[in-house]
Amino acid sequence: MESQIAQYIPVLMLFGLASAFAFGTLLFSALAGKKGYRSRIKDTAYECGMEPVGEGSARFSVKFYLVAMLFILFDVEVVFLYPWAVVYKDMLEQNAHLIFGSMMIFLLLFLVGFVYEIKKKAFDWKS
Amino acid sequence: MDFLNDSSHWGTFLFFSALKVVMAFAVVMPMVAYSVMLERRLSAAIQDRIGPNRVGPFGLLQPLADGLKSFLKEDFTPSHVRKVYFIIAPAVSMIPAFLTIAVIPFGSVMGTQAMVIANLNVGILYTFSVVSLGVYGIVLAGWASNSKYPFLGGIRASAQMISYEIAMGMAAVPVFMLVGDLNLGKVIEYQANGAWLVFKQPIAFVIFLVAAFAETNRLPFDLPESETELVSGYNTEYSSMKFALFFMGEYAAMIAVSALMVTLFFGGWTLPFFGLNEAATSIAGGIAHILVFLGKVACFMVFFIWIRWMIPRFRYDQLMDLGWRRFLPLALANIIITAAILWMQHL
Repeated sequence: MESQIAQYIPVLMLFGLASAFAFGTLLFSALAGKKGYRSRIKDTAYECGMEPVGEGSARFSVKFYLVAMLFILFDVEVVFLYPWAVVYKDMLEQNAHLIFGSMMIFLLLFLVGFVYEIKKKAFDWKS
Repeated sequence: MDFLNDSSHWGTFLFFSALKVVMAFAVVMPMVAYSVMLERRLSAAIQDRIGPNRVGPFGLLQPLADGLKSFLKEDFTPSHVRKVYFIIAPAVSMIPAFLTIAVIPFGSVMGTQAMVIANLNVGILYTFSVVSLGVYGIVLAGWASNSKYPFLGGIRASAQMISYEIAMGMAAVPVFMLVGDLNLGKVIEYQANGAWLVFKQPIAFVIFLVAAFAETNRLPFDLPESETELVSGYNTEYSSMKFALFFMGEYAAMIAVSALMVTLFFGGWTLPFFGLNEAATSIAGGIAHILVFLGKVACFMVFFIWIRWMIPRFRYDQLMDLGWRRFLPLALANIIITAAILWMQHL
């Protein structure tokens, strides 16, 4: 069973087992757990014993969106690095300057983008 | 049962795959339980306390009692939560942690079977993709709780985990430049034939280690559940087994990243002496390799726990600063230097 698609069958098995375990325990604890009373106070959101103020999902800093956007940009670039890393050694035998030079240009562009983010204070959480 | 000896048969493949999955699960679950136990005993020792020692000999049955207690506690779902997401969130955060172990070779061979659940050629890419799925459970828990502290914990967790994922991904690139294959089995082979990669890529290892702490939300980076400001972060509204599942997920993730670090930087199941560098030829040798692997993972677990009780928590801006402005350029420089050295060897 050498084919790569077949290798995902055990992954699916593991997924099945892990989810069976997770949902099984959730179900079992719902059945076996103590049945408590409900009251208005017990149902409130936990805010250290004070009366809850306002909504649960409060507004939050726009910085978090910024981080998410930067993550997509940089993560895609990291994914581009992997195929290059894998073939790098073999390609060095054939055409060393091409494989080295092309990636250096790519990383230079990466670096320019990174410096731009720093200058734009995208990572500056104090402001 | 003749087909069991025929390694090209479909039935054999399915049978041994199922066996390996069940065995791996049966080993990881007690490891999770006993690392909680270890954490409690070690923290007690560090703080000059005694720790749990009453249940069974030396308190060894404590995890069992803890599990039973979680089952019997009231499973309370507050009425202000988004119910469906609230219930599936603990499962969503736990399952990826277990899925990570699928591609990690935990031993050499036993009989005709390689000791890895799924021998994927994309290896590390699978690991990174599954590790990053872990963030969904936590964000979902924070959002579905519909309460302020869990919500803050959830968004903090998401920002932290995606930030350090980049550092982690970039730190591992030089390793694969040296190895030339994404399959983790090949990484171990490479290390068995030379030196462990921690000696060739120390910077990559340090970045990867710190990113691993941040990815698993462990101190000094446990901002998502920093008790002093967010009560308990994303799991504030959870009780009973739902809470325990988050807990198990965290420890399973620790075991998974420890196993990953052992594989990438510490030679996996190999050991440079006692002839343990070659794939095993007997069943006993196969078991020895598995034990070596588990021993290395256990060392990392102790390290994780030790760090937790030794180093205070970072501030949030320090955490982001470290991830983006320190580690990202450092990892980039490491890639360029490694590339340049390999290039110069070919001039």
